Amino acid sequence: MPIIQIDGQEHEVDTGQNILQACLSLGLDLPYFCWHPSMGSVGACRQCAVVQYQHAEDEHGRIVMACMTPVTEGALFSLTGDKAQRFREGIVEALMLNHPHDCPVCAEGGECHLQDMTVMVGHRDRKYRGKKNTHHNQYLGPLIHHEMNRCITCYRCTRYYNDYAGGTDLAAMAAHDHIYFGRHEEGVLESEFAGNLVEVCPTGVFTDKPLVHEYTRKWDLQSAPSICTSCAVGCNTSPGERYGKLKRIHNRFNADVNGYFLCDRGRFGANFVNSVNNLNYPGSRTEDGRFNALDQQQALLKMAEACDTNNIAGIGSPRASVEANYLLRTLVGADNFAPGFSDVEQPLVELALTIQQSSSAMIADIKNIESADAILILGEDVTNTAPRIALALRQSVRNKAYELAADLGLESWQDSAIRTLAQNQRSPLFIATVGDSRLDDVAEERFNLAPDDIARLGFAVAANIAGEANLGSDDELQQKAKNIAKALKNAKRPLIISGTSCGNSALMESAAQVTQALCNADKQPLPLLSMIVAEANSLGQAMLISDNAVSLSDLTARACAGALETLVVLENDLYRRGKEKDINELLENITNVIVIDGLDNRTLSASSLALPAANFAESEGTLVSMEGRAQRHYPVYLPNAQRRASWHWLLACLKQMGRDEVTEIECFDDITQACATQNSSLSGITTAAPNHQFRNIGVKIPRQTHRYSGRTAMRADISVHEPKQPVDKETPLAFSMEGLNRSQPGSLLPFVWAPGWNSNQSLHKFQSEVGGQLKLKGGTAGTRLLQATDNSNNIALFESPAAFKALKGQWQMVPRHKIYGSDELSVHSPAIAKLVRPAFVEINASDAKKLGVNDGDGVDLNDNKGDKLTTLEVSINDSIATGCVGYSVGFIATENLLAGESLVLSKAENWSPSESQQAVSSGVSDV
Amino acid sequence: MFKSLTSQLQTMWTILQHTFTKAETVQYPEEMPYLAPRYRGRIVLTNDPDGDERCVACNLCAVACPVDCIALQQGVRDDGRWYPQFFRINFSRCIMCGMCEEACPTNAIQLTPDFEMCEYDRQSMVYEKEHLQIKGTGKYHDYNFYRVAGLAIAGKDKGEAQNESKPIDIKDLLQ
Ligand code: SF4
Ligand code: SF4
Ligand code: SF4
Ligand code: SF4
Ligand code: FES
Repeated sequence: MPIIQIDGQEHEVDTGQNILQACLSLGLDLPYFCWHPSMGSVGACRQCAVVQYQHAEDEHGRIVMACMTPVTEGALFSLTGDKAQRFREGIVEALMLNHPHDCPVCAEGGECHLQDMTVMVGHRDRKYRGKKNTHHNQYLGPLIHHEMNRCITCYRCTRYYNDYAGGTDLAAMAAHDHIYFGRHEEGVLESEFAGNLVEVCPTGVFTDKPLVHEYTRKWDLQSAPSICTSCAVGCNTSPGERYGKLKRIHNRFNADVNGYFLCDRGRFGANFVNSVNNLNYPGSRTEDGRFNALDQQQALLKMAEACDTNNIAGIGSPRASVEANYLLRTLVGADNFAPGFSDVEQPLVELALTIQQSSSAMIADIKNIESADAILILGEDVTNTAPRIALALRQSVRNKAYELAADLGLESWQDSAIRTLAQNQRSPLFIATVGDSRLDDVAEERFNLAPDDIARLGFAVAANIAGEANLGSDDELQQKAKNIAKALKNAKRPLIISGTSCGNSALMESAAQVTQALCNADKQPLPLLSMIVAEANSLGQAMLISDNAVSLSDLTARACAGALETLVVLENDLYRRGKEKDINELLENITNVIVIDGLDNRTLSASSLALPAANFAESEGTLVSMEGRAQRHYPVYLPNAQRRASWHWLLACLKQMGRDEVTEIECFDDITQACATQNSSLSGITTAAPNHQFRNIGVKIPRQTHRYSGRTAMRADISVHEPKQPVDKETPLAFSMEGLNRSQPGSLLPFVWAPGWNSNQSLHKFQSEVGGQLKLKGGTAGTRLLQATDNSNNIALFESPAAFKALKGQWQMVPRHKIYGSDELSVHSPAIAKLVRPAFVEINASDAKKLGVNDGDGVDLNDNKGDKLTTLEVSINDSIATGCVGYSVGFIATENLLAGESLVLSKAENWSPSESQQAVSSGVSDV
Repeated sequence: MFKSLTSQLQTMWTILQHTFTKAETVQYPEEMPYLAPRYRGRIVLTNDPDGDERCVACNLCAVACPVDCIALQQGVRDDGRWYPQFFRINFSRCIMCGMCEEACPTNAIQLTPDFEMCEYDRQSMVYEKEHLQIKGTGKYHDYNFYRVAGLAIAGKDKGEAQNESKPIDIKDLLQ
């Protein structure tokens, strides 16, 4: 490792770094704007100037940009040199010429990188007396607020939005001091990752729009380490709260998962926790069908009484924590516990788990995905089913560019040079999905096929890699498969992605087969496999249950046979899991339906006893992400009103009943421990985060910043006598500003701040470079429960399905997931609700012609018996295979549709679009 | 020895003189003392010279307050102005230090010479925005933050603040 001299001090630094990186990792404060750890350097802002000396006798030196200067053995630098300091101050002064007098009314204030850097370089007084340039702002949609006057032209936004995230509708326009960063015309930013602009832009040009309208400064936010619950990726987040309301979600760095970026569903979708439809008090249904409010104790007694029977069953939830599900399973008994998936999904999630547990491939986290240099996606529309993965895939296709760069000896941070070098050369990405996807622009080839045909393609690829003849497949398929197989075989690190979203097991099996064929070819490093599941704890749920767990239809059968007296439903809207008539049948045949949930839904309304559950921001829990990473989220604030964490209700009920299983359980950690002991696949969950006894150098970790204001006035309207700060017995975090937010384990980082660094750029003070990769000093959060195994003989061999044939007069339903709309909870966030388009079906033009419908017409969907299931707006999409109908998943209007079933379509008479509009808005009643 | 004796006698003489000067203390409350306008007493929120509320809910006073007795919540009005949805000072905690006034970038929060705030019930020392807001400009008559700031509000579009040029037309190459 080279040794360089900075201001007379010798430092050992990592090879391949630039001076800016080196200084920051040495803990030296060097101002910068345009450099970003995951986007490299372009040398645009000229802020990171240092003096470089030729040799020890050189007294003058010359100014160089630290971010563009590689470290070399024996190089001499000065940060404090007068010349460099004056230069840096001059740069800030120049940037400030046109800067508006906005800080008090700027949503960046208090966590603004520009403020920090201005203070750091010592610039104070504005000498310029001329007029300031001004700009008009643009409307950029419900998520991002635009305030162009504040721009310092660092180019981070376009570099992130276009170069990194693949967006096309944001650009630098005009020239010299007229430069403008925006869209060609006003309109919603198209990228699903636009929200990251809030954190990427070092000034207040792009800010969080929902936050701007009820703003709280960073120093006033109470935060805790949390996990995004909007999909199964398990991105780490840092939610901020004030006055009992969730104000915003910021990214929480995790080197192996989300890195620096979130998707917009995750960032803006969590606002459902502030919904007016929150259930705040327990209620029991009276004779006349209305609910009477109860207090906690009464509710508990009622629950314990109803649960004191053998004719009991429980339905868990893939969106509830491992602990809550475990307790419910304990309460009702393993044989009476359904995991809460739909009948279609349950075997698929189990399959996803089995494949990953038995595969000898490496189960990919996002960091691995970014290292892949040939990718095959089988069935998943990644942007809409596991959004953050799509952003990672845009980085994987750049590995070709890095390869070319390495050949020329370019460092990986030389961003602009590498892009110029590679132009449009990319690592191959093959996408086989039921319709078009948002990654098509970087795909080498895309195949839009019926799910069974995707599976056949997969099997053909597997056979090709294994060098076997693939019987039963046609020449065209063989040719396609050959190309893909060749690319995968030639790659250093091939990646196969599949998942449950198509509702088709064959294509998941084909993915397993391809991966196995690659593993058998003895590839090192191991080939990568990624199985996408739907919800934040889907995989954990599959790990919790045994192989033949009861399903929803099993329970319905039992209920109809009169064998069920009590049903406990945990955080699950059953109407999203099955056809309405089946769910009605289930619930109507059971006397006591106890529902524990936080947000009003139809299952809650159908209950006889409703218990208000705390949401993810009010409670602790362990979630197992799609890659099998167990991660803990912590309460950001205490549950409002009478809400309690689900595990709390269930534990109290078990205790009330005097059940033996819980005599030893006193706190949350005991549940985690008990669950880990009893379930070998989940044994790692105890290490996901330190337990509640952990102390950081003797003290707790504060949720509030050291400058949390208003403590003696916040609650003074209720009583002038200030209550004691609430004590948190369950976690190592404190609901106060006392404690130490430094050098703790990575899973316990509530927010980032360092002296002189108020913005999120302070993160680098919490990072250190390990093997060329920035990681949190306290270690990466979470525990991997799935390891690559070497038991290739356990692998089941799967059969290729028959080719899909369109049945005459019938169409196969293929799911089309939507980042905004398919997820249950995020649509209750007002900003996201504005982006949800009405429920729809998609068919190709030739099928549309057969049906005699045009874009925007209504289509009736009838089952084989001729019963009408629903009517939806049709949109023509030529990427949908003939004989298939894409339908928007997760919308109220499409809830009676099942993936893979064949339906009869006909043009709806007298249909007007408002019909389907209503269908959406009934799902999002707080818009 | 002689020096210190003189000094002591001098001191005694000075003090003796005070016997004949007018007393500084007054018979409060019968007699009211004169307090300078900058005396630090009861806090008010003021209006700008155009008669609209000055406070932009920037939270700087709250964070400057050493006893943390100011709490507020920002909101955005239809005309684009930031304003406090609520603004609360717990005067039973306030030490009248004036840090809030010093921190305020809009001259909204000001201390006044009124110090008579005794209450039998501590709860009555909690002042909400309606108790704090006055109609006038207080000590600073001319300053209007929005005339200086870049934020556009109804009646003052981009480029219309002090020292601003007209917004740039980015489609015009000839400028
Ligand atoms: S908008 Fe923000 S990120 Fe973009 S150039 Fe301006 S200051 Fe930089
Ligand atoms: S990718 Fe998934 S986990 Fe990550 S932020 Fe988006 S919704 Fe949340
Ligand atoms: S005068 Fe001092 S103590 Fe009183 S509110 Fe202002 S800053 Fe706080
Ligand atoms: S500092 Fe002034 S403008 Fe800011 S919140 Fe306080 S009173 Fe309002
Ligand atoms: S950070 Fe080095 S020039 Fe911008």
